[in-house]
Amino acid sequence: MSDDSQTGTFLLDDEEIPFTRGQTVIQAARAAGKYIPHLCWHPDFKAHGSCKLCTIKANGRLGAACTLEAQDGMAVENRTPELDDKRRTLLQLLFVEGNHFCPSCEKSGNCVLQATAYDLGMMTPHFDMFYPDRPVDASHPDMLLDFNRCILCELCVQASRDVDGKNVFALSGRGIQSHLIVNAESRRLADTDFSATDRAASICPVGVILKKRVGFAIPIGERTYDAAPISQVDIAKENT
Amino acid sequence: MTFELETAAQADKLRRVAIDPISRVEGHGKVTLLLDEDNKVHQVRLHIVEFRGFERFIQGRPYWEVPVMVQRLCGICPVSHHIAASKALDVVVGARQLTPAAEKIRRLMHYGQILQSHALHFYYLSTPDLLFGFDSEVARRNIVGIAAAYPDIARQGISLRKFGQEVIRVTAGKRIHGTSSVPGGVNKSLTRDERNFLLKDVDQMIAWSHEAVRIIKQLHQSNPALYDHFGAFRSNFMSIVAPDGAMDLYHGALRASDADGRILFDQVDYQDYEQLITEEVKPWTYMKFPFLQQLGPEHGWYKVGPLARVQNCDRIPTPLAEAERKEFVAYGQGKPLHATLAYHWARMIEMLFAAETIKELLHDDDLQGTDLMRTGERRKEGIGVIEAPRGTLFHHYRVGDNDLVTMANLIVSTTNNNQAMNTAVREVAKKYLSGHEITEGLLNHIEVAIRAFDPCLSCATHALGQMPLEVTLEDCTGQLIDKVTRDTHGICHA
Repeated sequence: MSDDSQTGTFLLDDEEIPFTRGQTVIQAARAAGKYIPHLCWHPDFKAHGSCKLCTIKANGRLGAACTLEAQDGMAVENRTPELDDKRRTLLQLLFVEGNHFCPSCEKSGNCVLQATAYDLGMMTPHFDMFYPDRPVDASHPDMLLDFNRCILCELCVQASRDVDGKNVFALSGRGIQSHLIVNAESRRLADTDFSATDRAASICPVGVILKKRVGFAIPIGERTYDAAPISQVDIAKENT
Repeated sequence: MTFELETAAQADKLRRVAIDPISRVEGHGKVTLLLDEDNKVHQVRLHIVEFRGFERFIQGRPYWEVPVMVQRLCGICPVSHHIAASKALDVVVGARQLTPAAEKIRRLMHYGQILQSHALHFYYLSTPDLLFGFDSEVARRNIVGIAAAYPDIARQGISLRKFGQEVIRVTAGKRIHGTSSVPGGVNKSLTRDERNFLLKDVDQMIAWSHEAVRIIKQLHQSNPALYDHFGAFRSNFMSIVAPDGAMDLYHGALRASDADGRILFDQVDYQDYEQLITEEVKPWTYMKFPFLQQLGPEHGWYKVGPLARVQNCDRIPTPLAEAERKEFVAYGQGKPLHATLAYHWARMIEMLFAAETIKELLHDDDLQGTDLMRTGERRKEGIGVIEAPRGTLFHHYRVGDNDLVTMANLIVSTTNNNQAMNTAVREVAKKYLSGHEITEGLLNHIEVAIRAFDPCLSCATHALGQMPLEVTLEDCTGQLIDKVTRDTHGICHA
């Protein structure tokens, strides 16, 4: 019997979830049709546990479901009022740190941040808005960067580096000064080899990396999260 | 340029009466009156006290975002801004001629907007004055009072508005702030189910709209001394009309006529509007004063909206509304009607036109078309004009090579009517208030005059950076401590 075939089960909100050796809690839960809220984790990329939205309580201790390996007999709390309350606070912090104006954002209805906020019942930003000054980069002929909406998930950094082999994006600064930058001396996207066909061009979960001149092409009712909440859509994607 | 009763001499010696806020209109505004010790009126001003900034914060945004962003100017007629911006950006993307499906879907959306907005204004905002009387019991003077006293009329109004909102929903995606109109076309067509859903009620809507015309016509005929003269004043008219001079609220060319109905200019492409219209800034309001350049600020101001449109066109292309237009014109005995309250009559004729047009469009199979988008040679600048429920609406944008907006200018319907509304309230103040003890009922006469124009005060104060501004610091007793003023040239004075 190889290591890969070793299996076990753990409890997720009192439901038994099977897993194979090496699977993280979020991978096993998703395969079993259970949604754990997340922003920076993507099934195609290595987890780096930065957004903390997937925080669960495993055997009484807080941990990131995207980095914590499932273990046999583990008891995991996921959708508890206490954890969802913390997740809502994390979302509120993200909303006030950037400039997220959903009413005129072309990503609305397809945005993971917006959909997760709806799913977790976030009604207000709660905290004072930062209103940061983040000019857009429209220098590229086919793509637009609207840094106002960045949540620092680094998926574009990973996609450009690991799939496209281009290293177009990086994070710069520390703490509250952390921000997404373009890897060019001019800091302009037009001065990189970025292309609209890159994996990084379609990975952004929010409305930062956008194809030009096609905004609002999808009518209301047909957008990703119009018909069902992200907790259902995310699981449906796993099973298709 | 200063008009009669605009600025009083020795204002500090006069008593100030303020109507703040003006009720049953969209947005926030106030009227101030300066009276002497005999209650004689010396100054009347309609102030728009909201301060917004759309023209500025659109700058630097991608052009395709604009039709969705600018409609947030308003929750009452967002479709007008949505479509006017789209029309301006159609020009930018080289798609001035849309596909038949796209144009008809936008038309349907727009006439749904006209229907719901006119119904909202007439039934919810105006019938309390018109059916109960201007100085009737204030607690009853609202839509709840109408529902109690005239339940059938209230039900018709609510149903008409709801139907208009449903037309918007199936065409734009949502009842308020949809997203379907995009530069170059639309993002959705109508399914047969959606079309049939609307068709089942449209005949009833036409019948109720016709009934609304009858109600307002009867009010005119029952009290011509009031309806023909209340707040009446002569002015020019402006609107867009179809190439054959017919009423078309979605598209056309500019036509203006003088107070006697003589054409001042006709079939002018609105891409050239800057050669026709100039906006004047005054230090006491955030709303600008547009005027026709050829006549100057003293004589060049004009009325827009239903009263202008019904009289500026040569005909209305639907049968019931055209018959009503003819009767309206005949009432004027060869002269244009300038009665402020005639706005209501004209507005209901337009509501009937909208209901008939919606039916006509719903029977057009192009609504189910799949060819929805056009593109062409890119341009750096575009202007879109539409006849919004409240009047002619201009959107003007410049777009850089990087697709970001570099300039936006909006002249909204209520701004076009600014001088006309100020003149109306001054006429009413002179006739009804001057020399009398001021009562709530008399002050409501001022509001009745403003309401007739159906102003949208939130839409009308969209600019930022060009307006005169006064900031005052007062202590807790209201004593002035400090004051800073920015004049019309942008220069600050301490």
